[in-house]
Amino acid sequence: MTAIAHKEPNYIGVFWWLLVLTVMEIAVVYMPMAKMTIAFLLVSMAISKATLVALYFMHLKFERLTLALVALSPFALCLFLILMMTPDIFPH
Amino acid sequence: MSEVAVMHAGAEAQESPLTPENWGKLGMWLFLAGDAMSFGCLIVGYGILRHASSNWPVPKDVLGINLTAFMTFLLIVSSVTMVLSLSAIQNGDRAKFKKFLGLTILGGLIFLGCQAYEWTHLITERLPEVGLSFSKHLFATTFFILTGFHGMHVTGGVIYNTCVLAAVSRGRYGAKHVEIAGLYWHFVDLVWILIFTFVYLI
Repeated sequence: MTAIAHKEPNYIGVFWWLLVLTVMEIAVVYMPMAKMTIAFLLVSMAISKATLVALYFMHLKFERLTLALVALSPFALCLFLILMMTPDIFPH
Repeated sequence: MSEVAVMHAGAEAQESPLTPENWGKLGMWLFLAGDAMSFGCLIVGYGILRHASSNWPVPKDVLGINLTAFMTFLLIVSSVTMVLSLSAIQNGDRAKFKKFLGLTILGGLIFLGCQAYEWTHLITERLPEVGLSFSKHLFATTFFILTGFHGMHVTGGVIYNTCVLAAVSRGRYGAKHVEIAGLYWHFVDLVWILIFTFVYLI
């Protein structure tokens, strides 16, 4: 049994995407928009960048689905943590 | 003949079901999942404390983002050189592998140098100037804990990559070891992407 062979991703292409998203993040901070809009855009771009790193640099795109679920499990637990902390975050 | 068949069957049974090529990779993924929970708890804790605070400063006004933007760029570039080093060793090009992994290590060292400079500047000048010293405001406490925890990971990554470079040069390690080290390094980059956004930009 050997690793599943896959075509090598375009690493330089991924690099340019990461760079463009980083520049956009910095630009968004200085834009005259509502605080919540800026926060939403920043979080969206950060998640996009993190996903690109995980999928292409860490080759998660080419791994088995179960391994991807193992990799995602911490995020589910973080959401659970936020849920459990809700009474403290929004006290009556 | 039958002995060979038995040994082969034993080897098959010991394969990792999730990462058939090697067990080490699965081990690293499990470690990273645990490590991600540590970072996740710190980031969630940061968010909750910030939400509860009535006088949390605007981070970019206190910290500045020019140097940190450069540090983010550095880590992204070092991630690229890391995958290029893996690609080189998989293609049997050892000279190229050494060049790219050497650049990755250099990127990590420059990142740490920038962080040391940033911390020194914040501790001795900027934070006392705005009245947000480590012991006086959770802004500083959470900042140093999060970036410090990440900085320790970068330090570990630089040492790890240096050991891998030395072991490959001696012929003791191969492509699979580089791939495992790469997973760790990319994780450090991934976490910084989130820290840069949550701690510096938002």
